[in-house]
Amino acid sequence: MFSYYLRLAWISIVRHWGLSLLMVCAIGLGIGAAMTTVTVNYLMSANPIPEKSEQLYYVQLDSWDVNDPFDDGLNPPDQLTFTDSSNLMRAQKAFRQNVQAQAFGVIEPEDPEMLPLIVNGRANSADFFTMFNVPFIYGSGWSNQSDESKEFVVVLSKETNDKLFGGEDSVGKSIKLEGNMFRVVGVVDTWQPKPRFYDITTGAFNESEDIFVPFHLIADEKISRSGNTNCWKPTGDGFKAFLASECIWTQFWVELKTEQEKEDYLQFLNAYVEEQKQFGRFQRPVDNRLSNVMEWLEVQEVVADDAQMMMAMSFMFLIVCLLNTVGLLLAKFLGKAPEIGLRQALGASKATLFSQYIIESACIGILGGILGLLLAYLGLKGVEGLYGDYMQGLASLDTNMAILAVGLALISTILAGLYPTWRACNIQPAQQLKSQ
Amino acid sequence: MLETGLILRALARNKIGALLIALQIALTMTIMVNAIFMIQDRQQQMQRDSGLDEANTFYLTNTVFGQDYNIQAHLQTDLHMIRNTPGVIDAIQINAVPLSSSGWSMALQHEPGEDKDAVGSAIYMVDEHAINSMGLELIAGINFTQEDIELRKDGQSTWPAKTIITKAFAENLYPDDWQSAVGKTVYISQTQPMQIIGIVKALQAPWNGWNGVERSMLVPFHRESKGSYYFIRTEEGRRDALMPIIEKALAESDKERIIRRVTTVEDTRKRSYRQHNATNKTLTTVVITLTLITGFGIVGLAIFSINRRTKQIGTRRALGATKRQIMSYFMMENFIISAIGNVIGCIGAVGLNMWLVSTFNLSPISFELITFGVVALFIVGQLAVLYPARKAAMIAPATATRTI
Repeated sequence: MFSYYLRLAWISIVRHWGLSLLMVCAIGLGIGAAMTTVTVNYLMSANPIPEKSEQLYYVQLDSWDVNDPFDDGLNPPDQLTFTDSSNLMRAQKAFRQNVQAQAFGVIEPEDPEMLPLIVNGRANSADFFTMFNVPFIYGSGWSNQSDESKEFVVVLSKETNDKLFGGEDSVGKSIKLEGNMFRVVGVVDTWQPKPRFYDITTGAFNESEDIFVPFHLIADEKISRSGNTNCWKPTGDGFKAFLASECIWTQFWVELKTEQEKEDYLQFLNAYVEEQKQFGRFQRPVDNRLSNVMEWLEVQEVVADDAQMMMAMSFMFLIVCLLNTVGLLLAKFLGKAPEIGLRQALGASKATLFSQYIIESACIGILGGILGLLLAYLGLKGVEGLYGDYMQGLASLDTNMAILAVGLALISTILAGLYPTWRACNIQPAQQLKSQ
Repeated sequence: MLETGLILRALARNKIGALLIALQIALTMTIMVNAIFMIQDRQQQMQRDSGLDEANTFYLTNTVFGQDYNIQAHLQTDLHMIRNTPGVIDAIQINAVPLSSSGWSMALQHEPGEDKDAVGSAIYMVDEHAINSMGLELIAGINFTQEDIELRKDGQSTWPAKTIITKAFAENLYPDDWQSAVGKTVYISQTQPMQIIGIVKALQAPWNGWNGVERSMLVPFHRESKGSYYFIRTEEGRRDALMPIIEKALAESDKERIIRRVTTVEDTRKRSYRQHNATNKTLTTVVITLTLITGFGIVGLAIFSINRRTKQIGTRRALGATKRQIMSYFMMENFIISAIGNVIGCIGAVGLNMWLVSTFNLSPISFELITFGVVALFIVGQLAVLYPARKAAMIAPATATRTI
């Protein structure tokens, strides 16, 4: 029976091809627009480290101006002062902890023919690599001992290793960075978390770094820092004074395995701030926060307003397309009143009529869904082209999304078809037959 | 107006069909008006004057890596070389570039002290060639002189005694009379006095999303820093030819530094507003397809309703209705449906706008825009129904007699 209805539906679709095309196009466009924006939002709000996003916490302390709160008092500052992050690092109260900042430097290759290389770097502590599950091709991160004995070690990205060593295992070799010799301890495999959750202060979708070096090198002025710096209090002259200042430019992550550990750490932070208050610092009310990865991305509004707005708009667009379909299906089914009357008179039950017309709606829905998928693909290509780097890698369709697209089209078209079908089933056969 | 009553009674018999079109029009209106509003908002932002001579300027980064490098001496020779290149109008060293999204900001206050109100501003560290190099317009006061320029070491916390600010910044500091700002003393870094010696018409901060983007100040500093920008202005039409020449000359003059990112200000603007541009294009596509879908939906439904009423139309024609009357019947019917849709649409548009205002900090929609939306949708509706209505008018009166 099913295949018979399918054939009937096909005949009906082809007979009114103009109308069918209009409906398929409308559904296709609606689904295409909705899927494009849903995909962008879905990828923007993706969990970049699902295996341990609940155990990694970003630390915020309110060290800001007592007269003029940071972010209008809504959130504590988004970074820490060097003083605080160094103190927290020294305390070693968490299972793992990492202090970091952005850095940059110039590598002078041994080969005099090669041009010097400017690299974007991250200055971080040893725990960075284990905390964030950084994948390695060669070697590994450096150890806590290396941090303590202030060794000159470096971890290269795959790309940097390709440039400097032609992709060979470079562990143990040396590079000249900012005039100093650094020993390579590891090479990171291709690693680009989206969003780049571990540092979103200069953009949530920035590329990952070319090199990683120990954080202490910044304080020793062996490498230059970059990234955002925010100050509320004047600093003295020179770099030492800057390090001791209330300027915020470091980020601090901790790994805590249980809820209890989190409670304990928060208590430790509160005690730390109380202690610092005695030195005249932290004059604002205590507002220390620990946010896990997803909470942190949420607080920092990683999903762009534009993307959310577009998604809202595109769903309204889909509704317009569906209203359109309801209207057209209604017109189409009611146009078949004489035929329906005749079939009812010949013994067709309401149930059979109902399933026949629902199948016809579903066929249109599937066609619309396929068209929508195609349009979503084109739409994402367009979004990628228009937005450039910002959306790079954020615009791709996976199987989940493809299934969602066709499913959404199917369900919404069946819903759209319900009312017209119900009307069609309730046609009075006698009246129709009389007028023929 | 006998027709109107007739149409309303006919519509009442097919409420759902009419309501569907009305709802569709309402939603289209809601989306269209808000999308156009968002497009206009972005366009206004993009049209703000950066203050620069954008067509004839470019910049590059100069990163020093050599040890024991005499930055100050090299700065002088570099600037001398660039300024004397034929075709170059002027050049400066600068710490940040407008629209580039990275830079420095500091706050200025009227009185010295820790708990005084302060206004944030972008900082551009430049010398007396800045106004000429950037193509700024000095509208009050005077420029720096060579004696004003101080050398700034990295990490230095003291500031020079003079500054030039933008008109927008002057208006913010002295709301009653911005011109009175010239000669006034303001305080930077809470306690250090600075005298405003000049005002430029416009110069944007590096961050286009900042609400203080029009507030900038020029500070007479040469920086002794390992990384800086050179900002260069050329004669009309010679920029593209000079870019590689200057890059090569700088790179070859000295091997202990890297010259990178030779970029025009025009490209920087494009990059800076890329997201705005992209969003606008997407929204425009949405508005156009939406209108088309609604239009075609009206066409489809009108054709069907006319097909269903062929006999009635024939009868009316046989009873003496002119073609014109038949056409105007359907046009009027569409007009009434559009009116209902537009009323709901206005409410929807304002509602969506209120949500956008509260969620995304947009400003409220203008009345003109809603009027535009209403008119536009009436026109779309009438155009869409034109073809089916003509078809209806062509129905021969004989159809009435033929099938009965």
